[in-house]
Amino acid sequence: MTTTTGPGSRRRRVARFRQRLTFDRISFVAVFLILPLAIFGVFELSPYIQAFYYAMTNWGGFSAEMDFVGFDNFIKLTSDAKFLRAAANSALLCAVLPTLTLVTAFAIAVVVTTGGPIIGRVTGLKGGGFYRVISFFPYTVPAIVIGLIWAQVYDPTRGLLNGFLKLIGLDQFDGFPWIGNVHTAMPASMFVILWGFVGFYTILFVAAIKGIPAETYEAARIDGAGRFRTAVSIALPQVLDSVQTSYIYLGLTVIDSFVYMRVLNAQGGPDFSTLTITQDLHMEAFTRGQFGYATSMGVVLAAITMLYAGIIFLIFRLIRGKDTDLGSAA
Amino acid sequence: MSRSKTPQEPSAGVAPQTGSAPQTVEARQTGRVHQIRSTASDKAVATASHTLLGIWSVIVIVPFLWTLISSFKTSAQILSSPFSLPDKLHFENYINAWNTAGIGRFFFNTILVVGSALFLTMMLGAMLAYVLARFRFPGNRLIYNVMLAAMSFPVFLAIVPLFFILKNMLLLDTLPGLIITYVAFSLPFTMFFLYAFFKQLPQDIYEAAVVDGAGEWRTFFQVMLPMSTPGIASVSILNFLGLWNQYLLPLVLNPSQENWVLSQGMASFASKAGYAVDFGALFAAAVITIIPVLVIYVIFQRRLQGSVSQGTFR
Repeated sequence: MTTTTGPGSRRRRVARFRQRLTFDRISFVAVFLILPLAIFGVFELSPYIQAFYYAMTNWGGFSAEMDFVGFDNFIKLTSDAKFLRAAANSALLCAVLPTLTLVTAFAIAVVVTTGGPIIGRVTGLKGGGFYRVISFFPYTVPAIVIGLIWAQVYDPTRGLLNGFLKLIGLDQFDGFPWIGNVHTAMPASMFVILWGFVGFYTILFVAAIKGIPAETYEAARIDGAGRFRTAVSIALPQVLDSVQTSYIYLGLTVIDSFVYMRVLNAQGGPDFSTLTITQDLHMEAFTRGQFGYATSMGVVLAAITMLYAGIIFLIFRLIRGKDTDLGSAA
Repeated sequence: MSRSKTPQEPSAGVAPQTGSAPQTVEARQTGRVHQIRSTASDKAVATASHTLLGIWSVIVIVPFLWTLISSFKTSAQILSSPFSLPDKLHFENYINAWNTAGIGRFFFNTILVVGSALFLTMMLGAMLAYVLARFRFPGNRLIYNVMLAAMSFPVFLAIVPLFFILKNMLLLDTLPGLIITYVAFSLPFTMFFLYAFFKQLPQDIYEAAVVDGAGEWRTFFQVMLPMSTPGIASVSILNFLGLWNQYLLPLVLNPSQENWVLSQGMASFASKAGYAVDFGALFAAAVITIIPVLVIYVIFQRRLQGSVSQGTFR
């Protein structure tokens, strides 16, 4: 860097340079800003915007016929038994699965990071890193492969699960169709999703818990808090932001859970007990060609997503509201 | 890991404590190991924890192991018993999966599609993040917010219009069409993640480069981009996994079998019913699909776990 000119004149030189429209600058803006925005605009943003129009048409697919029908599709959805079943299933998934997964993940994270002896410095369980590495692995495996493997595990006759149950003497499960039975199909499918995601959220919580000041833990212990108490009263409030983010992420994933459900039960399971909105949408669009109607399902799906996120924000605001009094007193 | 040492052992490696900031749980854990006598309750808790975590690990590992073992059995052996061990290693399952079931072809398609999409996403995503983070211009904030909002919409909302956009552009059922769609849908996350990296680079460095006569292009490629490699590496791994595992987009946009990617090939096993399936090849195909991610996972395990927590809580 030349130092013959003072800082003031250097600044002016930079400013002057930046105003000039050189080829360098024009091509820079074109490639760095316009090119990525064009790709994003054409292939992601514009489909989202068009979807709201498609949802109000009766478009049946490949013909030019496309009439604007207003909210007819949405009215039709309210009396579509199959769709309502799918919506109920998606709601069930969102209500149950995030909590189950996150409680499991949080428990593992707490034990792995702070499960060591209660006296002395805060330590994790000995060898806890091993469990963390193992439980994270399914996250890296394609969902389709996870679904395929579990479909084999659940197989009534040659599956691992019934084989194991028979081995320990539970003969009544011989030939039991876990994902073919109307009562067990949904729980069995939920377990597969939980199995795939627990490790991912364990890692998130491990990172968050490691960021908590050790003094906080030590103070709580001196005050006589046991393991469970420190986990609930120290770790949980401190990682509340992570928990909230995880609820939103996992909720969105679960509402969209298409791959697992499709691999486990391609047609939506016995009595559509595992059919999700996304599967219904996909069949309606690409099997029956009802593109307008299917897109209206997409709009409902987006609305449910927003509603879910809103509810989570509200719940966490309420939880925080209660905690801030305690927090400021401490 | 230093944590797995027994308390009786004198600590060999003492991690240096950086700075005088209050120690977090992590900082304490990497510090000196003190001698601690564990109590009975500690032992009980440790035993219970190891038991439960051990059971969970078994539930995680066993399906994978079972898949690996089954991939060496003949279909007849698979159908007869889930527990039987292969009489010999039936490598022909892998040959059948690779050739007959077309997994080999799908594998190369996947590498081509994911590789190209990853390269373009990282390039364009880094450029866009750089411009948005470091230059002030009207609409800057709007672009950022629109991309953030797009990330929270379900892909399913876009899928029908997207299908027809690609169809009208004659990109439907082509690998370039799939690649550009992958790029579009990974851009917001990539931009969002790298934005913070570029934001924190000091302005002095930019000015120094400009004063030294570097144009905007050179400043980016020779100065700013190299300084953000940790971020680039983290996002690349996450994008790689996301794209490798992608199923919905290829299912809808890439229907011809010769263009299929691995996830579609795997799905076709699932959709075939009953005894028509070559089960040995099915398990072999699962192993073939898992191996690349397993390799990535083993090599980048630490960085990957770091990226996950960074990427989400930024």
